[in-house]
Amino acid sequence: MSTDATTEAPVKVEKKREALFSKKNVQTLRDPLDDNNPITVQVLGICSALAVTVQVKPALIMSLGVIFVTSFSNLIISLIRKSIPTRIRIIVQLIVVAMLVTIVDQVLKAYMFDVSKKLAVFVGLIITNCIVMGRLEAFALSQKPWPAFLDGIGNGVGYGLILIVVAIFREFFGAGTIMGIQFVPQWLYDIGYVNNGLMVLPPAALFIIGIYIWWQRSRNTKLVNVS
Amino acid sequence: MQHLLNLLIKSIFVENVIFAFFLGMCSYLAVSKKIKTAFGLGLAVIFVMLLTTPLNYFILTYMLKEGALSWVHPSLATVDLTFLAFILFISTIAGAVQLVEMVVEKFMPALYTSLGIFLPLITVNCSILGTSLFMQEREYNFTETGVFSLGAGIGFFLAIVLLAAIRERLRYSNIPEPLQGLGIAMIITALMGMAFLSFSGIKL
Repeated sequence: MSTDATTEAPVKVEKKREALFSKKNVQTLRDPLDDNNPITVQVLGICSALAVTVQVKPALIMSLGVIFVTSFSNLIISLIRKSIPTRIRIIVQLIVVAMLVTIVDQVLKAYMFDVSKKLAVFVGLIITNCIVMGRLEAFALSQKPWPAFLDGIGNGVGYGLILIVVAIFREFFGAGTIMGIQFVPQWLYDIGYVNNGLMVLPPAALFIIGIYIWWQRSRNTKLVNVS
Repeated sequence: MQHLLNLLIKSIFVENVIFAFFLGMCSYLAVSKKIKTAFGLGLAVIFVMLLTTPLNYFILTYMLKEGALSWVHPSLATVDLTFLAFILFISTIAGAVQLVEMVVEKFMPALYTSLGIFLPLITVNCSILGTSLFMQEREYNFTETGVFSLGAGIGFFLAIVLLAAIRERLRYSNIPEPLQGLGIAMIITALMGMAFLSFSGIKL
């Protein structure tokens, strides 16, 4: 190898590394966690989310599944974005997403059968989770693979964050446990404390998200009335 | 007969796609600002649901289930392709929606202009795919599938028109600023969901 090549190589790597976590990329990764959260600000992906938040464990696994699907679908679509004809892009996107979701579903069935039974159809519904499609349309189709991948991770984590917050509230007040561990002490039950039955029912999730949005928007008034 | 009627009522009220399962929330929240557009989207969803769920039923029973391929050749009786269900279901839905869009555009331009923008949106409406997946999970037969998809469609229609009507009224009420828009829509949906919970007392 000539000396030229060796001196050039590290420079290239350096440049790449700089771009890897540049300010813009970090912003891409971090924005969806709060200021541009997919659920509470972009109003995407509420569909399949709320039914799995009765307990923390399924919510956690669901979020991992969604992070996997959003990041890799963003990456794949971004890689092939130049060869997708615009007219049929939705079908192409759906097929890529459906393939990734099938992988998640099969892995869950193989290694975590009880959770997979609990999540039931909601794993399949990641396909039509608006976050995935929304980010593909808004970001992956026009950006390079690496930022698109980061954007996917960011949005998946932002989604998971809300899911887990809601699940912690619902499991704590609904069953007195978090991750299956008893958190409300027995003496409280003895003096007449009862679990809140409403928290286990579907509407509770909407209440909690509604209040979360209220809190988020009163903290950050820029977000008021964006939708 | 009574069994089918029960299924219809159950899928409209007791197990409403929006209030019991949160399916199709995205378009439910996004398109419920005016009654007229909500009405159009609701009708389009009923139509697409009635079309795609039976189609997916045929795909499931004649192509994917274990032993479903035995009509092609007896040696294929042990093939189980159910893991392909997601890909085939969503392709059917995307294809059907595209087809419906083209047919409506060609033959009913008046309807197309009123529904136009919502039709492609329906592909990614969770309630459509959800209905197909519920059909698979609960192992309905063909008539049950038809009745169930009709009920689920009407349930969505009912929910979105109700919310749109409430949101039109909300414009004149004094809501704290950070709660306006999405926040209050969520809380209203929760209250409506609690009202719909009372249907679960019906013995069917």
